[in-house]
Amino acid sequence: MRALPTSIDDTLRLVGEADYVADRPLATVLFLALKMGRPLFLEGEAGVGKTEIAKVLAQALGRKLIRLQCYEGLDVSAAVYEWNYAQQMMAIRLAEAAGETDRTRLEHDVFSRRYLVERPLLQALQPAAAGPPVLLIDELDRTDEAFEAFLLEILSDFQVTIPELGTIKADAPPIVILTSNRTREIHDALKRRCLYHWVDYPDAARERAIVAKKAPQAGKRLTQELVAFVQALRKQDLFKAPGVAETLDWASALTELDAVALDPGMVSDTLGVLLKYQDDIARMQGARARELVDQVQADIKAHAR
Amino acid sequence: MSGQPQGEGRLAENILYFARALREAGLPVGPGAVLDALAAVETAGIGGREDFRAVLHAVFVKKREQLIIFDQAFDIFWKRRGFMEKLIALMSPVAPNAPQSNPKAGSTRVQDALLKRPPPKEKPREELTLDTRFTVSEQEVLQRKDFAQMSAEEMARAFAAIARLRLPQDAVLTRRLNADRHGKLIDPRATFRHSMRAGGAVIDLAFRSRASRVSPLVVLCDISGSMSDYTRVFLHFLHVLTDRRKHVHTFLFGTRLTNVTRALRTRDIDEALAQCSAGVADWAGGTRIGATLHEFNRVWSRRVLGQGAMVILFTDGLEREGVDQLGREMERLHKSCRRLVWVNPLLRYDAFQAKASGLRAMLPHVDEFRPIHNLASMADLVAGLSADHATARAHDPKKWLKAAA
Repeated sequence: MRALPTSIDDTLRLVGEADYVADRPLATVLFLALKMGRPLFLEGEAGVGKTEIAKVLAQALGRKLIRLQCYEGLDVSAAVYEWNYAQQMMAIRLAEAAGETDRTRLEHDVFSRRYLVERPLLQALQPAAAGPPVLLIDELDRTDEAFEAFLLEILSDFQVTIPELGTIKADAPPIVILTSNRTREIHDALKRRCLYHWVDYPDAARERAIVAKKAPQAGKRLTQELVAFVQALRKQDLFKAPGVAETLDWASALTELDAVALDPGMVSDTLGVLLKYQDDIARMQGARARELVDQVQADIKAHAR
Repeated sequence: MSGQPQGEGRLAENILYFARALREAGLPVGPGAVLDALAAVETAGIGGREDFRAVLHAVFVKKREQLIIFDQAFDIFWKRRGFMEKLIALMSPVAPNAPQSNPKAGSTRVQDALLKRPPPKEKPREELTLDTRFTVSEQEVLQRKDFAQMSAEEMARAFAAIARLRLPQDAVLTRRLNADRHGKLIDPRATFRHSMRAGGAVIDLAFRSRASRVSPLVVLCDISGSMSDYTRVFLHFLHVLTDRRKHVHTFLFGTRLTNVTRALRTRDIDEALAQCSAGVADWAGGTRIGATLHEFNRVWSRRVLGQGAMVILFTDGLEREGVDQLGREMERLHKSCRRLVWVNPLLRYDAFQAKASGLRAMLPHVDEFRPIHNLASMADLVAGLSADHATARAHDPKKWLKAAA
């Protein structure tokens, strides 16, 4: 376990050691979230590294990562807690067999922590030896609005109220990261409790640093060219621009193909790694890809001079 | 008020008239409010104009959205001088070249209420309508009459009819479960709690069923010149829809795309329409359906088409350029939503055929193709919102394609 960072630079260093290249605004909001003990709400296009932030944070701080993947229909019994009905039933039958007649006592026994099945949100409130865990609530926009209401109590007070048992409060609040792809707007009541950050596509310098760290097998020239190509691609009129995850995939794909520099034919053939919509691929393939590669290489040459 | 000097008597009378004007303009002002107003004015005394306005405002205005009507009415009614000039100006025809200030929201209603202008008489346009009048009720005539042929008074009645439309809550089932006495799935937790109440001897089953939710409705509305006869009515309809149904997103397009969801949430219809037109630069101009759909797909589709959204596309489909792009963008739109309904006022013509190239490019990618030129077709559309396959089949776009092939 590592102590929490004490400054923004410290935060940058911390995530940097875990191979995450953050920009300063992100490091700032991260530092504030840790310092103020507030949940952090990250929004951005798919594949810009929102989920990665939580993973890196858990790794760098030596905390446990508890992940709640959201989906439509997610409810309390899957996200917070559930009673173990089979065991409860058995307990009642056993009590009957033993001639137990005191109902209050029975109820108290049956609704105890022993029979409680903890789901991610409740797990995150439990004390851990390594310090409070990192709770990642991933792709919150996939649930329906009704679920957001369950989160309000947890996010503001770090506690869960179970009607049969009482309120369970975390001794030390977990580090909470929420992510959303913005396929719908999240309610203000929830956003209000969090610090907000829009995770954007990285600029060329940062993206080069990311590729150098995450896909070091790609040569220097290849890295420079492929990053410039992806950056140019994002400026095109595409239905879905490639994210950082795609850049990294492409870097390893190109190194697998033993490329040392971009060549238009290979770019055309491997576009499927970067672009995931047929319209986009059809638009960029062939002459357009060649044009873009030429332009990128000319730019780099001009810059080097 | 017999014991009071003459001047005071006039004030009471004026307040009474003012209250009546407000009532005509749609504010719920009863006789009690008039008495309150008189008492309030007496208590506060008649100070400056602004004080007087505040006093009357305190009595007559009960909701935020009434403020705009009140202000308009106050300004027109309590003009110290120039009321007659204003009246004359309102009554006389405006010279076509005179610089005309934009009418303020709500002002038409207030002026109508204050001046009680008789609605301009319309010549009966078709002999046919007169004939049908003998056979069907007036209400039914209104139901079938084309919006474009309505007189001002008929239009007002149509707006009232739109406001009365009953909207079905077209819910879709979610995967979430709710407690339901008549459900089919056993709710173990509630069952257990109930059983404990009886000491665990009897197992009292509790049930639940799948919850339902209103899915988002996205409306793309063409405001180009060729649609202008229908746009205003349709916007009225959208205003009602936004007011009564959750999750309605509205976009206007002509040559560019504008999101007017927020503007339509304004409670007062005139103010909402004024906000819409303030935000739109290309009102009643040309249309670029393909290009604007492209913009929608790229910028908005991922944000508003989640969660099983339904799309209503209101356009005549008369696109002259870029038919290829139009087809592509329609396909993308169709693939991103649960259901795509195209409403087209051109379907009012009995002899309508899907011949235009833009129409033919769009038709293969819609689930339903519906008319929207009178109240009856609008009510049909509303009924069709709650997905029913029988009605959907009646509006199958394929039959139009086949007929024109």
